[in-house]
Parts: sequence; structure tokens; C-alpha cells
Amino acid sequence: MAAALPLAVLGLLLLGPGGRGHAEPPRDTLREELVITPLPSGDVAATFQFRTRWDSDLQREEVSHYRLFPKALGQLISKYSLQELHLSFTQGFWRTRYWGPPFLQAPSGAELWVWFQDTVTDVDKSWKELSNVLSGIFCASLNFIDSTNTVTPTASFKPLGLANGTDHSFLRYAVLPREVVCTENLTPWKKLLPCSSKAGLSVLLKADRLFHTSYHSQAVHIRPVCRNARCTSISWELRQTLSVVYDAFVTGQGKKDWSLFRMFSRTLTEPCPLASESRVYVDITGHNQDNETLEVNPPPTTTYQDVTLGTRKTYAVYDLLDAAVINNSRNLNLQLKWRSPPEHGYVHYQPAQDRLQPHLLEMLIQLPANSATKVSIQFERALLKWTEYTPDPNHGFYVSPSVLSALVPSMVAAKPVDWEESPLFRSLYPVSDSSSYFVRLYTEPLLVNLPTPDFSMPYNVICLTCTVVAVCYGSFYNLLTRTFHIEEPSTGGLAKRLANLIRRARGVPPL
Amino acid sequence: ASQIEDQAEQFFRSGHTNNWAVLVCTSRFWFNYRHVANTLSVYRSVKRLGIPDSHIVLMLADDMACNPRNPKPATVFSHKNMELNVYGDDVEVDYRSYEVTVENFLRVLTGRIPPSTPRSKRLLSDDRSNILIYMTGHGGNGFLKFQDSEEITNIELADAFEQMWQKRRYNELLFIIDTCQGASMYERFYSPNIMALASSQVGEDSLSHQPDPAIGVHLMDRYTFYVLEFLEEINPASQTNMNDLFQVCPRSLCVSTPGHRTDLFQRDPKNVLITDFFGSVRKVEITTETISLQPDLEIMESRYEKDWMNEELMEPLKYAEQLPVAQIIHQKPKLKDWHPPGGFILGLWALIIMVFFKTYGIKHMKFIF
Repeated sequence: MAAALPLAVLGLLLLGPGGRGHAEPPRDTLREELVITPLPSGDVAATFQFRTRWDSDLQREEVSHYRLFPKALGQLISKYSLQELHLSFTQGFWRTRYWGPPFLQAPSGAELWVWFQDTVTDVDKSWKELSNVLSGIFCASLNFIDSTNTVTPTASFKPLGLANGTDHSFLRYAVLPREVVCTENLTPWKKLLPCSSKAGLSVLLKADRLFHTSYHSQAVHIRPVCRNARCTSISWELRQTLSVVYDAFVTGQGKKDWSLFRMFSRTLTEPCPLASESRVYVDITGHNQDNETLEVNPPPTTTYQDVTLGTRKTYAVYDLLDAAVINNSRNLNLQLKWRSPPEHGYVHYQPAQDRLQPHLLEMLIQLPANSATKVSIQFERALLKWTEYTPDPNHGFYVSPSVLSALVPSMVAAKPVDWEESPLFRSLYPVSDSSSYFVRLYTEPLLVNLPTPDFSMPYNVICLTCTVVAVCYGSFYNLLTRTFHIEEPSTGGLAKRLANLIRRARGVPPL
Repeated sequence: ASQIEDQAEQFFRSGHTNNWAVLVCTSRFWFNYRHVANTLSVYRSVKRLGIPDSHIVLMLADDMACNPRNPKPATVFSHKNMELNVYGDDVEVDYRSYEVTVENFLRVLTGRIPPSTPRSKRLLSDDRSNILIYMTGHGGNGFLKFQDSEEITNIELADAFEQMWQKRRYNELLFIIDTCQGASMYERFYSPNIMALASSQVGEDSLSHQPDPAIGVHLMDRYTFYVLEFLEEINPASQTNMNDLFQVCPRSLCVSTPGHRTDLFQRDPKNVLITDFFGSVRKVEITTETISLQPDLEIMESRYEKDWMNEELMEPLKYAEQLPVAQIIHQKPKLKDWHPPGGFILGLWALIIMVFFKTYGIKHMKFIF
């Protein structure tokens, strides 16, 4: 009853001024959307988008009446003559290899890129002032953006909205990778939403759950868009997006059943009364595969199929404005259950104990068809005691080969084996089932180079030390214990006579 | 006689019209979690008692709530067993991380801020403002450490307060400090209307309260813990005065001796309410007249009509192509503006030419010129 009353009051207010003359066209609209995507690794990604479209031309008039479009951002657009603004705060990294392609990725930290309109004379001054103002609005250290971390890209970051020309001198881009995202950045972001965090999808935005995630990215995007299909007039679009990825092991305690309550500690009770559309999409593309089936509860009334990011996907749609979705239970708690969770089978691991026993890893795996499965183990190399090295340590140390035992399905059914009658090569392995055969394969042994100390070191040290000692001590001993006598020069000698002959022949004075 | 006394007392009641708070945590690194928790507890109490975010300048030198080492992200607890999350859902940190420096702190106090500073980072107090300044971190005899890289001395602080007094930026000021040897920081004050509290005397250390085994660090300092307990009992209408605040945390609980200084303050502390500094004055006048709010609808409607027609353009617009390969390949790089060579290059060339002519003689010059 309490929820119905404000809606009724809102309805009266809308009818009031309209009753005087003709109905005025709606100036701004709000659409809110939440997309829940179960990721291949067992985690869940949730992407919120709140989009306010304002059919107004901010450049030409002095606007003083703001309804859904937040005043703080509207004043920024007119004061700094912005054409586009994109600001994002991110913590974590989107792991495309495990999670698939993202809708909208942002770099870790804070990223701000802005297209100014061509009427701006001093772009750098406007850029500095804009980053200071944004730092105050979003409680972030964006005031550290200056010429040392700002660039003007020349080829990428083309405008995402309508653009007259693309002179890149009006574009500025800066990233602050050290910027932390926390509740103090989320609070002003939430306050920009028309329904704040009171109704609609934004009730799910609770800081203590949103930051307990592997990836958290919130962004504000402002750009001019076409108002209709003919694209003859401009509207301003403000998109606020928030993407989070919940980790199955950290927040889910290893279980892969997800529900809105488990993710956000809240459920949806009503749509935002100011929103023209309020929907939740759940990606159920994996619904019809054989290995695992995804069950969504409550079952969706409509589905939506489209090609997104290159693949065909199916989404279950829950429209909050449809009264049947939020039925007598007065809340919507979506639950995702995996019907037959993928089993890793049996794993046995016995870690090594130094000089006692080796590592043992045994795994029973079900290999999917037409695929390659890679098993990898990380190890660290350690230094042995110097007596434990072999005489040729630079050869390396051997790791024993791995063993693969498999039951391979046979293409042709085999006859049962009679051990005495059939040839010996048929009775190597006992087989119980003729539709598959047993095989045991081995990998190559691994040769690992361990860090080897320099065994020639003691010999070299001894040589060097002995040389130094001999030279120094020997010299000192000689100086101290020997006496010096003056020697008379010897006259004559055969060598001297020969040398004088040669000198006379040359014409040089003799010795 | 008592009526005259009451009238006289009315005269001496604080004449402030607005309240401000500057809350500073100066320590960085995870093991200084307790300093952030101290500051956030005071922030929480001050907000609860009525001071709005626009009148609070909160400076936190490091982020503990979303620190990767925090087992419970987006929370900062003040009590073990995680009873009270002082970070909350509605926090606005004005100066964070590297912005908390001595320079920024003094600029906030004295008002000498660069013109592009946003409003939430300014202390816009006037001569009828009561300001609460709370500082916590690591300190010593006569100084307070900021982020383990610089210090502020008690003389600088006293001079900053004098600047504030001369620029009429406060009516009364309450200064609370929770560091080791905190009393040394208020020894040098000389401006009027300042009351100061510290968690320990010179030569004493302020100790922390209790560690939490799940989080792994000490959660709060003793003095602020007992001050928080005391403030939790206060509501915006309470009449508790400053003398009760002086008694918070005796030596048996705090191990250090909290100190206070009231000689610069004109009023008697027993007449000063806690809410004079921690709460916010709201002068509310109740009126019974009815005022009707009716927008002038005719003007609005005609304006909408005019804009609706003006905005239709002649030809359709289109979105920019995100990756126009042909255009990118053929664009010429912008020539950088030519700058004349700077002093160093000129000097180097002059030196080379001088050496050349010295060696080979000046007569070669005539062949060149």
C-alpha cells in the first residue's frame, strides 16, 4: 500500500500541468538494466546500466530545470563545453581468457577521456579545471591529472557519440593507475542516479558486497546521441555502468549456485518509478548443452536472442514493470542453479617431503570431445646440499615421466578373448568390456636444470690466495733478508766486441 | 539574582552559527589501520550529531577499507568481533592517499587553496564557525608525522591557527590529537579561543586498544576508543559539557595521561556543550503561513514549443567511425612548434667554438666572416 501511494501521487502531478494545455513531450527518460552472465569458470558477472536520455540542447540555452539528468553533470557540460566525457574507476582486471569477452572493459585505476567542443579556446586549461571539479564530485584524486599524465591520442578514442568532425586537438586522455576505488567513490556515483539507491535496480548496489569481488568497475559516460531513427536532432545520453564479477571460491564458498540475494544481499522489490524500462537479463546460452544445464528460477516469461560480441546468445528477460514478475511474494530473487555440476572426478595429491618421499599427483579426468586438455603443475627449484650433487650436475636432474591410463572407446566391437586360444598380444591387459580397450601411455622424462653452485670455486680460491701470499710475502722476505752489493761492470766480453763491430759499420759511436 | 545570572550566562553562551570539522589521519600502510579507524569513528559521531558532509573535511592518508589485505572489503571496524563498521555506506573522503600532505593540510586550514579546488575540499568557515580539528597518527615531542615522509611541527600548527584567527576563520576551535606525546602539539598555541585535548603527555606513548585476530591488526587507539564510547551516549539535544570529555579515559584505562589546555579559551569549560563542537547548530524557525509553489506553466510551455521546433536540423547526423584505417594511415603527424635552442645548448656550442679558435688562432676568423 505504501508503495502504491507515492506512485499515485506522481501520476496526479504529471496530469496536473498537462491538463492546462496540450501534453508536453517527455524531456528525459530513464532506462535501467541488469545483465547477469554466468562465466565459464563458474563465476558470475553482473553488469548494471542506467541510461538517462535528455532531449535538450545544452549548448544553446541556459538550463535551470533538471529532472532526471543530474544537475552536477549538466552544469559541467555547459560550463566546460563538453562534447563527450568518459570516466571510469576500476579495481581488478577482466580475465578474458577465463571469463570471455567483456561488454565494456576499463583499465585498473581511474581513466578519464574527454572530447571538448570546437568552441573551446584553451583546451588544456579547461581540462585541468574539469579534472579538479570531477575530483570533488567523485571523491577521487583526479586533481593529480596534469600534463605529465595527459596525452592527446591521434588515431584512437574517436567520439562514441555524434560528432561533427574529429579534430583530435580537442581530445584529452589520462589514466591514474594508482587510484583506489572504494565506497567513497560509489556513494556520489549512486547519488547521480534518479532513484538513488531507494528503488529499482539500484537497491542492489550495496558497497560491502560490491567490493568483495574479483573485478569492480564503475563508469560514467556522457555523449550526444540521435534522438530518433532519422537522426535529425540531438539528445544527451548519460550512461552509468557498473560491472562486478563474483568469485565462486571467495564469495560463493565454492558452490556454484547463485541468487540475487547471495550476490547483493538484497532482492528486487519494485522498479524505479521514474524509469520507463527496468529489466533484468540472464544469459542462458549454456542452457541446452549436454554437459551442464543451467536452471533459472523463477522461470522467465520471455527470452531474447541476439548475436552479442560475435556469438549468438540467449537471454532470459525479467521485466520489472510487468506486474506478473514481482508477484505476491513482492520481491524478485533470481536463482541460478547448475543441474549437474561438472565433476572433476577424483584427485589425489601427496606433496613431497625433502629427502623422504616424492610428489604424487593422481587425477581422474573426463575429457570433453574434440578438445585438448592441458594439465600443468608449478614447481620451484631448490638448492641441494653440496654433498648431494652428482659429479656432473650441469647435465641436469631427471623428473620421472607421467603415466596416462585410459579406457578408449573402440570403433569396432571386439570379440571376447580366450587366453589360451588367442595370440599372446591379445591378452596383455584383461578387458571386461568389449566396447573399449585399455591403454597405458607414458610421457617423456623431464630434464630439469637445478641451480648449481660453482664447484671449481675452492680450487680457484686456493690458487689465487696462494699466489697473492707468495708474491707479497715472498717479496717482503726478500727485501728484509737479502743484502745488496754493488757490482763492477765487466770490461770486454765477446758480445760487447760484436756489438762494437756492428756499431762501427753503422757509423754510430761505440759502447 | 539567579535571573541576572541566567542573563549573564546567556551572554557568554557560544555565539556560533555553523560548525565545521577537519578530521585528519596521517598514517599510511596496513598496520596503521587503527589511525584510519580512529578518524572514521570521530567522523561517524560528528555526522550522527548533525554536521553534514559539506561541512566536514575528511583526510585519510591510506585506504584500509578496500585494501587488498582487508578480509572484509569496504568495512573498517572499531571493535573486535566486528561490531561496528565505522566506514559505513555513505562516506565522503575529501583528501585521500597522496593528497594528505602537510602543505594541503595547512592550505585547508588557512584557506589559501588554488582556485580550481572543488568546494568539498575547502574549509569555508567564517568568524561565527566553531571548528573541530582531530588529528591522529604517529607523533613525537613537538611534531606529527605525515605519511612517514614529512612532519608538521607544533610551531607551524600554532602559526596556522594564528593565521586563521587573524583572517577571522573561526569563532572557537577545539583541537584533539591522539598520538604519542600529543600534548607537545598544543604547547605552542597562542591564539585566543582554542581548547585542546591530547591523548598523552610529553614523554608518554599513546597505546592501542585491542587487536582483532581475523583482521590481524590493532583496531583502534585507547583514547579514541573511549572517546567514541563517550560520544555514542551523546545525542544532538544533550547538555553534557566539556568537563566530562576531559574525564574520559583516566590513566587506569588509557595507560597514558590525557591532557587538555583551556587557558586560551574564554568561556568556562563547564559551560561549553559537547554539541557546540561535535554537533551542528540548526536554527529552525517554525512558521504557520502557507506558501504556494506554482510554477508559471504558460511560460514553460511556450518555451518548450519553441525549442522543439528549433532543434530539427536539416540533414541527418551520423556517428563517427571508430577505426577508420584508411584515414589513420594517411594522416600527417603534427609538426611540433620550433623552439629556439635553450641556454645549455647555446653555451655548449660557444665553448666548442672558443676552444677551436684558441687552438687554431684567431686569424681563421677572417676566412669565415
